[in-house]
Amino acid sequence: MSEILPKEVFYCGVCTFPPEYCEFGLSFKRCKQWLQENNEALFDSIYSDEALANATSTLSVEKQAKISKELEKKQAKEEAKLERELQMKLASKVIIKRIERNKRKHVIEISGLEVFNIDMKKLAKTFASKFATGASVTKNAEKKDEIVVQGDVSDEAKAYIEKLLEEKGLNEVQVVQEDDKKGKKKAALAAAAAALSATGGVPPPAQKTR
Amino acid sequence: MFKKFTKEDVHSRSNIKSSVQRGLKTKFVSQFEKLEPVIDDIIPKKSQAILIKCEDRIQLYSIDEEVVLFQHFDDLIPTLKVVHKYPDCFPRVQVDRGAIKFVLSGANIMCPGLTSAGAKLPEENLPVDTYVTVYAEGKENALAIGKLLMSTDDIKSINKNIGVELVHYLGDGLWNLTE
Repeated sequence: MSEILPKEVFYCGVCTFPPEYCEFGLSFKRCKQWLQENNEALFDSIYSDEALANATSTLSVEKQAKISKELEKKQAKEEAKLERELQMKLASKVIIKRIERNKRKHVIEISGLEVFNIDMKKLAKTFASKFATGASVTKNAEKKDEIVVQGDVSDEAKAYIEKLLEEKGLNEVQVVQEDDKKGKKKAALAAAAAALSATGGVPPPAQKTR
Repeated sequence: MFKKFTKEDVHSRSNIKSSVQRGLKTKFVSQFEKLEPVIDDIIPKKSQAILIKCEDRIQLYSIDEEVVLFQHFDDLIPTLKVVHKYPDCFPRVQVDRGAIKFVLSGANIMCPGLTSAGAKLPEENLPVDTYVTVYAEGKENALAIGKLLMSTDDIKSINKNIGVELVHYLGDGLWNLTE
C-alpha cells in the first residue's frame, strides 16, 4: 500500500486561516501585509490580478460588489475594535492592594488584569507555587475576577506582573500598589453608611468586604 | 456546534487508556474508510491521547497538544487541521463563492449553494448523516466540516432548505482553541 504523506498547509500568522481565506477574515489588510512579508510566492499566486479576476468571474458584478462592501464594513469595524481594545489596555491599570487581616498578617488582592487576556487561574497557580502561599481567583464586587494571594508579597507580585506585561509589549501599563488598613476600611464603611442615611436609602456603591 | 466555544466550556482533561485509544482508532477508520493507510500517522501507536470533556457532551481527543478529533454522541469527526493534512481521505462537497462568507460565520449550508455553477457534489450518492468536508470554489483547502441533512441525491433533486448542517469551520471556537 502506498504511503500517503500529510499535506503541508501554510497558515496565516495573523488570522490563522489558510491564506486563501484571509479575504473573508476580519483582518484582511494585516493578513495581506503579513503574507507579503512571510511568503512571497503564495502572496503572488493569491493576489495577482489574474487570480483576482478568476475569483470574481462566476458571480454577478452587483452581488460581488455587495458582498465586498459588507466585508469591508465588517473589517473596518474589527479594526476599530482592535484599536479601542489597545487603548483600553493602555489606559487601564493593575491594582495590587495590600489588605491587613490582623496586625501582622496581610493578603494582597490583584485586580485589573482581566483586560490583558491573562489566564487568571494559571497566574494564581504560579503565584501560589512561587511564593509558597495560597492564591485563588475570586470575583470581586464588580463581578470581575481578581487574584487573592495570602501573605504580603506585593512587591514581588508587582515585579512579576510588570515582567509579564513587558513580555506582551505593554510597558506603559501602570501597576499601582495600594494599602488597605483595617481602620481605613471601617472609616470608609462608616462614611458610606453616613452617605446612605443622608441620601435617603439609595444603596451605596458596593463595598469590598474581605 | 463550536460557534461559541471557549476554554470555559472545557470540564475535564484526562489521559485515555491505550486500549481505549486502539478502539478509538478502529472506530475512526470504520467511519472514514479511506483513512486506513494514514491512521497511524494521525494517531501514532505509542502516543498518549488526552480526552477533553466539554459542555454539551462534546469530547475532544488531543494528541501532542493538538486536538485531532472530536466526538459528539457516537460520531467521530476530525478537526480541520487533520482534514487539511489528509484532504483525500474524507468525502467532500464544494460550495460556490457567494456562500463562503456565510459558512465562515457558521451558517448551515442551503442546497442551492451546493448545486449552483461554482459548487460541486460528488457523483455517487452520499447517504444522510454522512460527515463531509466542505470546500469552496477556487479555494484549495477545506473551510468547514458538516453533516448531511439530506442525501446528496436529494440535494440535487429537491434543491431547497438546509443541505448540510455545519459542525466545525475555520475561525470557530474549536479552531481558535489553544492550550
